[in-house]
Amino acid sequence: MMSNLDINFFFEDFRLNAYILNVDLQTDATLQVDISDALSERDKVKFTVHTKSTLPNFKQNEFSVVRQHEEFIWLHDSFVENEEYAGYIIPPSPPRPDFDASREKLQKLGEGEGSMTKEEFTKMKQELEAEYLAIFKKTVAMHEVFLCRVAAHPVLRKDLNFHVFLEYNQDLSVRGKNKKEKLEDFFKNVVKSADGVLVAGVKDVDDFFEHEKTFLLEYHNRVKDSSAKSDRMIRSHKSAADDINRIASTLYTLGTQDSTDLCKFFLKVSELFEKTRKIEARVAADEDLKLADLLKYYLRESQAAKDLLYRRGRALVDYENANKALDKARAKNKDVLQAETTQQVCCQKFEKISESAKQELIDFKTRRVAAFRKNLVELAELELKHAKGNLQLLQSCLGVLKGDT
Amino acid sequence: MSLCHFYPSLVIKFFRVCVCVCVELKMAASSERSPPPFPDSEEPELLEDSDEGADAFTGTSISEMDSPSPDSTRPPKDIFNEPPEDIFSDPLSNINSEPQKKVDAKIPSPSSDEAVDLFSDPLDDDSEVMSSPEVQNPMPDLLNEPVEAPKSDVLGEPPVHRDAARQQDVFEDPPKSSSKSSSVKKAASSEMFGDDDDDEDLFKEPPKVVTKKPQPSGPPVDVFTEVKSDVKVKPQVKDDPTDLFAEEALTAPAPKPSAGSSSSRTNGVHSEEQDLFSEATVELSLDSPRNDRKNKDAVKPSVSAPAAPVASSSSKAPSKTLKELEEEESEDKFDLNISITNPEKVGDGMNAYMAYKVSTQTSLTMFRSKTFTVRRRFSDFLGLFEKLSEKHSQNGYLIPPPPEKSILGMTKVKVGKEDPSSAEFVERRRAALERYLQRVVSHPSLLQDPDVREFLEKEELPRAVSTQALSGAGFLKMLNKATDAVSKMTIKMNEQDVWFDEKIQDVENEEQHLRKLHVMVESLVNHRKELSGNTAVFAKSVAMLGSSEDNTALSRALSQLAEVEDRIEQLHQEQASNDFFTFSELLADYIRLLGAVRGCFDQRMKAWQRWQDAENMLQKKREAEAKLLWANKPDKLQQAKDEITEWEAKVTQYEREFERISATVRKEVIRFDKEKARDFNRQVIKYLESLLHSQQQLIKYWDAFLPEAKAIV
Repeated sequence: MMSNLDINFFFEDFRLNAYILNVDLQTDATLQVDISDALSERDKVKFTVHTKSTLPNFKQNEFSVVRQHEEFIWLHDSFVENEEYAGYIIPPSPPRPDFDASREKLQKLGEGEGSMTKEEFTKMKQELEAEYLAIFKKTVAMHEVFLCRVAAHPVLRKDLNFHVFLEYNQDLSVRGKNKKEKLEDFFKNVVKSADGVLVAGVKDVDDFFEHEKTFLLEYHNRVKDSSAKSDRMIRSHKSAADDINRIASTLYTLGTQDSTDLCKFFLKVSELFEKTRKIEARVAADEDLKLADLLKYYLRESQAAKDLLYRRGRALVDYENANKALDKARAKNKDVLQAETTQQVCCQKFEKISESAKQELIDFKTRRVAAFRKNLVELAELELKHAKGNLQLLQSCLGVLKGDT
Repeated sequence: MSLCHFYPSLVIKFFRVCVCVCVELKMAASSERSPPPFPDSEEPELLEDSDEGADAFTGTSISEMDSPSPDSTRPPKDIFNEPPEDIFSDPLSNINSEPQKKVDAKIPSPSSDEAVDLFSDPLDDDSEVMSSPEVQNPMPDLLNEPVEAPKSDVLGEPPVHRDAARQQDVFEDPPKSSSKSSSVKKAASSEMFGDDDDDEDLFKEPPKVVTKKPQPSGPPVDVFTEVKSDVKVKPQVKDDPTDLFAEEALTAPAPKPSAGSSSSRTNGVHSEEQDLFSEATVELSLDSPRNDRKNKDAVKPSVSAPAAPVASSSSKAPSKTLKELEEEESEDKFDLNISITNPEKVGDGMNAYMAYKVSTQTSLTMFRSKTFTVRRRFSDFLGLFEKLSEKHSQNGYLIPPPPEKSILGMTKVKVGKEDPSSAEFVERRRAALERYLQRVVSHPSLLQDPDVREFLEKEELPRAVSTQALSGAGFLKMLNKATDAVSKMTIKMNEQDVWFDEKIQDVENEEQHLRKLHVMVESLVNHRKELSGNTAVFAKSVAMLGSSEDNTALSRALSQLAEVEDRIEQLHQEQASNDFFTFSELLADYIRLLGAVRGCFDQRMKAWQRWQDAENMLQKKREAEAKLLWANKPDKLQQAKDEITEWEAKVTQYEREFERISATVRKEVIRFDKEKARDFNRQVIKYLESLLHSQQQLIKYWDAFLPEAKAIV
């Protein structure tokens, strides 16, 4: 089992890269939130949330608290449940940290320590640690992005719960949902999606929303598809890199068999493969970071946008129903006042949602384009960097090998 | 490779051996040229020497042989059959079989000082040990029971003294002179040392003389008798410490037995002689370069002599030093260029087969024309392998194995129309067959095989039978293989040769590692293919995403990304096939080849086993003879003696076969190692170049994409 020490050791590395990973968001100086540190324990990750603010409702200008994943979820849910925010795209909640797979592998490695050579063991360990680190970095980045999005949002940043989350230096004592709540959530979701289909079928009066609706429905499905495909692509890329790694170590053992020229040759090739596989693994990791994560994020974000549209659609349906009810009431001349107030409320709600939703959707698009641009440019640059590095390695190795013969 | 470290003295000793060989041959030559002068002066002594069982060198026997007596078949038999009888009857009649055994046990010790040193090459060492029972028999007589063998005392010593004395007088250089002193022909030998060119002229003659020798069973006896006499002289010299000259001469006789024996072998069996020498050549040139000059001088004449009569037929390479050998091989490569193209399906249904065009381009004169083409089917290739391995594998040659039969793959080709997997199968097989044929023709000995020539040249080849995987013959083959495997397990060979011991181990390890590597490369190929497939799917998905994106610039960039991914998919696919054809197939080939190398080792082991069996048989016969002697049954004694002679001949024959096969296997393995190094070098570099190309393409693609990504607004 890997000790916490090891992970903290990696975290040093992470600190260097934390800001590079961060998806670019236009935060202003009045409220800046980041995750300055993270600690991986046996079954949970503790994030140190660091806030810098000039806002008057904070006691201090700069402070840090320790938060766990569950608290992030609590914050997210509180946004979703708040009617006030129905007209906004709620930043998608960060995915649950999932170290189980690599932890398991590490454990297996520890058990199998006796059955392999020292070099093999060290190599495997390094590999797993690197994998672990990558997941860790990603988790931290996702949580940070969520906080940054909230902090950058003109309305959500003023939310009381958010401030508590940032400032309260004790445990928020949120608990995970119990079974009953989970079941409720599940039914809610079923009802919501069934309702969503009904609502989506309603022709929108506003062309902008009608267009957004069709776009988002399609976009969400496609981004989902792309995200799954990119995952698969990257997975096979990683396996290929692993193969190269194994080839390198086998070549190494072949090379150390003897001291003939051929063995020296094998050693050189092994060395080359060792280096290229590192690059190849980096290519896969960077594709993961720049492409797959981007797609995954926009999968969730487009889901959030869809939810917004659903809420608006729901409000629209409610409004129309209220109108019908009012008409009926007027015809029967019964409960007119009550119907009128309902109609008024629905109308207000709908209009409020529509108003903010329009802006939110426009923002969403701007953000999306910016994020894609940034990530794609970075992806291309990294691919170029790695390919050039590989090229150089191959060239120098070929030079040496050819010079030998 | 590491062998040379063990034998620093070998080179020098070998130099002497060669000199001695030269001397012997020279002697034979001169004896033919001018028979009259020498018998008068020195011959009597030497003949007396031979009374004891043999003569000191071949010169006499050859000259006798050479003499145009009408019954030329008779005298040799007398000469060569008598001595062993003497040897055996003497000690056996006086001493019973017990002491003889003791003698046998002692064998290595008395002669080891010189002989083992000399024959540090364990193959020769074996022969020395082998021959020693007979060789040493008289020795204990001389040492322990001088009374019983007064003749030898009297006769043995004087020649040595004389030799030594003469040698002191005439020559300054002890090793040279000593070897010469024994050969006696001063004029001829001095001439030889003076002029190399002259030598070669002279050397051409003795073999001719030798080939005339009409006795196939003669040489073994010849060898032993000679060696015996030589060895016998040695202990005597040792016994006499007062004799200063003898001490000095001590080194002289030492090389002589080997010279005598090897030259006599030259006389007896020509083809194997070559192997022996070539092996020596290889080994010598493996040694440090400081000895190189000397070696070449020493080795070349001696080798060219025995090689002369055979040069026309089989391999020409062995008579050269390693460097020359290498050059020659590379020349061979240029001379013969084989390519296999145009795989074509012939026939329909399950009787269909693929025919390949085998085109040869050559400047070798052994072929009728410079370029020619034939059509061959897969089973023809297998048939060629069968023929070659039938003929050559028991000699220890490394026959390159053909690609395996694949019923599944071929059935697919037969049934399937235009399936990419069957196209890949055909291409894979085509490439494998091409490499197989190239390996066959790059083997200097196999190239000479008429079947190979026929395969390349002849328009119609008889249909190769018994290559079907599922035929009765195939079943028989499997059965044979199974019995082979069983017998292999039962043979326990105690390996005296360090080189073979290490090499066998190495080959096994290497095969294991290559197998592992092969599995990994295969998995890389699969993952790369998977990656290619997934990239294609992703490219499509991104294209869809791009089409639904409502920002025009982003939409454009996404479709560009899709295009880039599409190209990368192509790249991965190409790389996967490169992984496969240049790397994985190379490994598969060498796994097969290492299997063939192991087969060679097995052949050698079989030969060893045969020899050991014969040895045991001989021992039994001897014991039976001893019993007969005890029982005093002279009527059966003759038969027993005949049997012993017969088995002795067999033992010698098998031993020689073992030596020959060992030498061949060693040569083959060295050649294989060199070829392997070259192949790996070439293929891996080619593979790396393909990787390089991939990366270059990648750079090109992403470079083109970058401005598109930046253009997103």
